Amino acid sequence: MSKHSVVLEYKRCRGCTSCIKCCPTEAIRVRSRKATILSNRCIDCGNCIRVCPHKAIKSVGDSLGKLQEFEYRVALPEPALYGQFHNLDSIDIVLNSLLKIGFDKVWEVARACELLSDFQRQRIAGGPAKLTPLISISCPTVLRLICLRFPKLLGHTARTILPMELAAILARREAAEETGLPPEKIGVFAIVPCSSKVTAAHSPEGLTRPVLDGAFAIRDIYLRLLSPMKQLEESEIKPMTSAGILGLNWAICGGESAARLGDRCVSVDGIENVIRMLEEIEDGRLPEADFLELSACTQGCVGGCFNVENPYAAKMRLKTLMHGLPVSRNRFLFQGAQRDIIFQDKQPQYLPALLLDEDREVAMSKHLRIQALESHLPGLQCGSCGAPSCHAFAEDVVMGRASEADCIFKMRERMRTMAGVSGADEYLPPPFRRQQGTVSSDR
Amino acid sequence: METIKLIYPVEGGDLIEAGEASSKMKLTLKKLGLPQDIIRKASICMYEGEINMVIHADGGQAEVEVDMNQITIRMIDSGPGIPDVEKAMQEGFSTAGPTARELGFGAGMGLPNMKRYSDDLTIDTTVGKGTTVTVIIKIPQ
Repeated sequence: MSKHSVVLEYKRCRGCTSCIKCCPTEAIRVRSRKATILSNRCIDCGNCIRVCPHKAIKSVGDSLGKLQEFEYRVALPEPALYGQFHNLDSIDIVLNSLLKIGFDKVWEVARACELLSDFQRQRIAGGPAKLTPLISISCPTVLRLICLRFPKLLGHTARTILPMELAAILARREAAEETGLPPEKIGVFAIVPCSSKVTAAHSPEGLTRPVLDGAFAIRDIYLRLLSPMKQLEESEIKPMTSAGILGLNWAICGGESAARLGDRCVSVDGIENVIRMLEEIEDGRLPEADFLELSACTQGCVGGCFNVENPYAAKMRLKTLMHGLPVSRNRFLFQGAQRDIIFQDKQPQYLPALLLDEDREVAMSKHLRIQALESHLPGLQCGSCGAPSCHAFAEDVVMGRASEADCIFKMRERMRTMAGVSGADEYLPPPFRRQQGTVSSDR
Repeated sequence: METIKLIYPVEGGDLIEAGEASSKMKLTLKKLGLPQDIIRKASICMYEGEINMVIHADGGQAEVEVDMNQITIRMIDSGPGIPDVEKAMQEGFSTAGPTARELGFGAGMGLPNMKRYSDDLTIDTTVGKGTTVTVIIKIPQ
């Protein structure tokens, strides 16, 4: 199985090249009329899923059938889930309904968010950080982006685990105590807003072994929840939620920063903006910032590709649900060695997927060949070769992923020399013809 | 020895877009596998140079040469030139106009920063003709 949760529905893909240009790490190529993903470059941002006009690129959460493999099942809903419902009066309605669709216990990820925030505040109170700004790693896509393109900043990333990971560890412990079952008979599943977290559930960057048994997409759970939520009698709604405003707020970009209380924080959403910000931080251009919260999706987790509702509406609904809630209900009170529960047990590593060669001298001569080839390409970024740009194509040729003849302009040159055809123009689509045509406007 | 030459035009009058050339150069240097701190030095020099050219000279051109031993960055403009180079090298001295200052530039740290993050800096300037600032960053072997 691929490490990534972004998959291609083969029949639907027509090889249209829409996706290749929106990929921030240039990880997609079209070959034989189908998109293919360079797996070592994919950071699971979901851009290609959003842009595909044929709905051929998808992301899948785990199948709900996986629940059957366990004797006791715990749901870890991410706070973004609460923002998906119309006219929801109370989070308890969602949580009680989760118990009707196959889960035996619910442990809110928002609680783990509050624990992490409390831990961060204790850190801040303990004195100034050695290395600023601290970069949040609560978006797994951002962490993978840093591993791939900003390795120098790995030292700035927080050493803590993801909220859903902390929730999983604590929920499994609690469930084992309550039921007396061995931990492996307990299935712990997060309900997540994006493909990136499904990938993280299976192959965590900061943990040697996964602590979750899987992750379900919010949209899959949403459909199952609707009817139990409607049927739930007032008397059946038990008070279950134990998160406050700060925890819920983590679903929105800026929420994690706000929970730090009074720190100099920068919150950035959208993968392109995140890249721009990382460029600046890398050059030390924002020395006054203490903390950097980066979300690959617009507006934060409410913008994830597994959500049902649009990010802005979900944000508004979450804010409504916050009315009347306590500010925070969870404190990180572990002492001594117990505190290590919150830390990664493995350092995220540099992924040299963009490197031309391990040997710098070889890399340099490869670059020279790329430059030479690129100078003979038209620079139209037409995508006909299946690469996102002429530069990426030249790189592909030198790296052995494509052949020079894959460029239709190179092909035309060959046709000309071989057959002596002077006006190969007519064989080309209008944008590429030398002779000028005109477009008449609509009436 | 092979030398890679990279050329980036720098648009004048556009402080928001300044930094694009340094971002592009940085990605190329990363693909070549240069040490991270060397990339950072080159990037800072390039960025400061870009800002200088945008503020003072209505743009220009950045030329970068990379070989196994060093990175050479040449920021070439045909702006007003620098009348007093010694003064320009002082921290805090700036002739930037109000627009640039409003945006937070003009702190007089451009050239001093380029000097701090490079191994060699030379300024070739003629008043009324233009300026070429050359920085060299050595790559430890």
